[in-house]
Amino acid sequence: MNSTQKAKGAHPVKAGWIGQIADAVFTNLTRICAILVLLIILAMMVSLFIGAWPAFKKFGLSFLVSSEWNPVTEDFGAFVAIYGTLVTSVIAMLIGVPVSFGIAIFITELCPVWLKRPVSTAIELLAAIPSIIYGMWGLFVFAPFFADHIEPWISDNLGQIPLIGELFSGPPLGIGLLTAGIILGIMVIPFMASVFRDLFEVVPPVLKESAYGIGATTWEVIKKIVLPYTKIGVVGGTMLGLGRALGETMAVTFVIGNADRLETSLLMPGNTISSSLANQFTEAVGEMYTSSLIALGLILFFITFVVLSIAKFFLVRLTMREGTRT
Amino acid sequence: MRLKLFSIMCFLFLSLLTARPFIVQAEGVKAISGAGATFPYPVYAKWAAAYYKLTGIKMNYQSIGSGGGIKQIKAGTVDFGASDAPLKPSDLNNAGLMQFPMIMGGVVPVVNLRGIKPGQIRLSNELMADIYLGKVKKWNDKRIADENPGLGLPARNIIVVHRADGSGTTWIFTNYLSKVSKAWKEKVGCAKAVAWPAGIGGKGNEGVASYVRRLPGSIGYVEYAYALQNKLTYIKLKNRAGSFVAPESKTFQAAAANADWEHSEGFYVVLTDQPGKDSWPITGASFILMHKVQKKPGTARAVLKFFDWCYRNGKKMAEELGYVPMPGKVITLVEEAWKSQIKDSSGQPVWP
Repeated sequence: MNSTQKAKGAHPVKAGWIGQIADAVFTNLTRICAILVLLIILAMMVSLFIGAWPAFKKFGLSFLVSSEWNPVTEDFGAFVAIYGTLVTSVIAMLIGVPVSFGIAIFITELCPVWLKRPVSTAIELLAAIPSIIYGMWGLFVFAPFFADHIEPWISDNLGQIPLIGELFSGPPLGIGLLTAGIILGIMVIPFMASVFRDLFEVVPPVLKESAYGIGATTWEVIKKIVLPYTKIGVVGGTMLGLGRALGETMAVTFVIGNADRLETSLLMPGNTISSSLANQFTEAVGEMYTSSLIALGLILFFITFVVLSIAKFFLVRLTMREGTRT
Repeated sequence: MRLKLFSIMCFLFLSLLTARPFIVQAEGVKAISGAGATFPYPVYAKWAAAYYKLTGIKMNYQSIGSGGGIKQIKAGTVDFGASDAPLKPSDLNNAGLMQFPMIMGGVVPVVNLRGIKPGQIRLSNELMADIYLGKVKKWNDKRIADENPGLGLPARNIIVVHRADGSGTTWIFTNYLSKVSKAWKEKVGCAKAVAWPAGIGGKGNEGVASYVRRLPGSIGYVEYAYALQNKLTYIKLKNRAGSFVAPESKTFQAAAANADWEHSEGFYVVLTDQPGKDSWPITGASFILMHKVQKKPGTARAVLKFFDWCYRNGKKMAEELGYVPMPGKVITLVEEAWKSQIKDSSGQPVWP
């Protein structure tokens, strides 16, 4: 009894200095965690750079523009992979942005209340499907369908148009840059749609209601109120989707055809940076081969870094503006 | 009370941690590990499962590809490495490694042409090279028709399928093409990954197999077991002796019989384009790599015991999967090499 009383009496004092120490320890622990992330990113950049150095030293800037990729003669260039990465991502954006936009507008503005929840949940579930599933679906279901029914039409019709015809000619393989772009587009839709939906929901109802009040149609409300209000966020969200499309590996590897040659037609096989890495890294022998692959990785790191920085920049500006308006 | 419980748990945990190695040491080597070639993976896995049942020793094999296997054995993270392409004797000496052949098999060109059954279509070696060079573009090309009189060939484009990843299978295939075609040797060459002049790339044997099954008019090359399992349409090849042969155990064995294992330093033998009228031209052996000086002789002995068991008792399992087991004469040679080349740090032979 006596001892417990003592302990009780001592307790607040003890808790005081122990608490202070614990607090300090905790603060520093969390700080270390945060710094660790920065350090890891820095370490990644440094090690990528060191690994890529032999390739950059040997090929110089021509590494970026050379379309040669020959492991036998050890002559490497990144252009085919960079081209494939950018082209598939652009196709993905051309498909993904309008569709995600439609989904987000439907959910926030037009959807009956009872349907809102199921549709939103379904989209979030789609975003959770592992990318390899998209790849397998693309290879076994989409590519055959695309080769048998869509591509012949594309090369017969679009292929005849002067100038852009070159982009749409070639035998219907079902596998190639266009297929990869479409699969990527489908993959980024759920991701961007949920970002857009969240964005559109931050538009103050007062603004929309006022617009409806003066007789605006739904389309006018979206065009004149919702879009201008969320413009910057939409750009940011698109960039986030683009970042995902740029780095996607497995799904692309399945359907792009993995050919390290430069082809003018989108129906022909190509390669992206990430699928080159996934395919070739394990068997890469010799310093120059490995180093060139690491250099590809560094280029991808750089591209995604820039894209995500732009996205962050726009999103930060949006939140700042939100603060001033409301 | 809680503190007591915690300290007991801590003690238990620690004692578990420290006790484990003792148990393992007391009972001898419980697990051996290897990494490398994907080509022999099916048969290694089958052998390992059977061996585990028999002895309780587990063999962990990571089929990460020959290049990865070579890297890992050099780094010493595995007990043995596996490679489909033999290392040159000079490379072996530089790395302090020795190699021996474990299993042989064939690489098989397969096609997807409607109405054509396995073995019906015949190609010469030069045609194979020209198809992969992108020079022959249509199935009804006159040169293909000349080899196949009476066979109705469609006017389809030939879609060339190759491996997208670096691979020992590709090494064997391009080695064959380099031997039979001067143009291929000069333009492309032989390696685990090459700059393909034409076609699309699939990842792994299964990737190539699924592309070929998918695309009408395609031609690809896979390891024999995959052609067998997927019931793909294989082709007959005209070999060096000028006769057409189908890919099967008999023709792989005929090619393998030519190999002069006895007089090849470091077992450096390539089995492509062998003479003999029954020889399948794209045959290859898969190799095991081990360090010449073993820091853990106990583990090395366990590894060699496993391979010895495979040589002697694994023949039927290998044949079931479409591989060619090593002939008895070669096994004797290999085991002699174990005796003379693999030593522990004091210079004592590890085997037997």
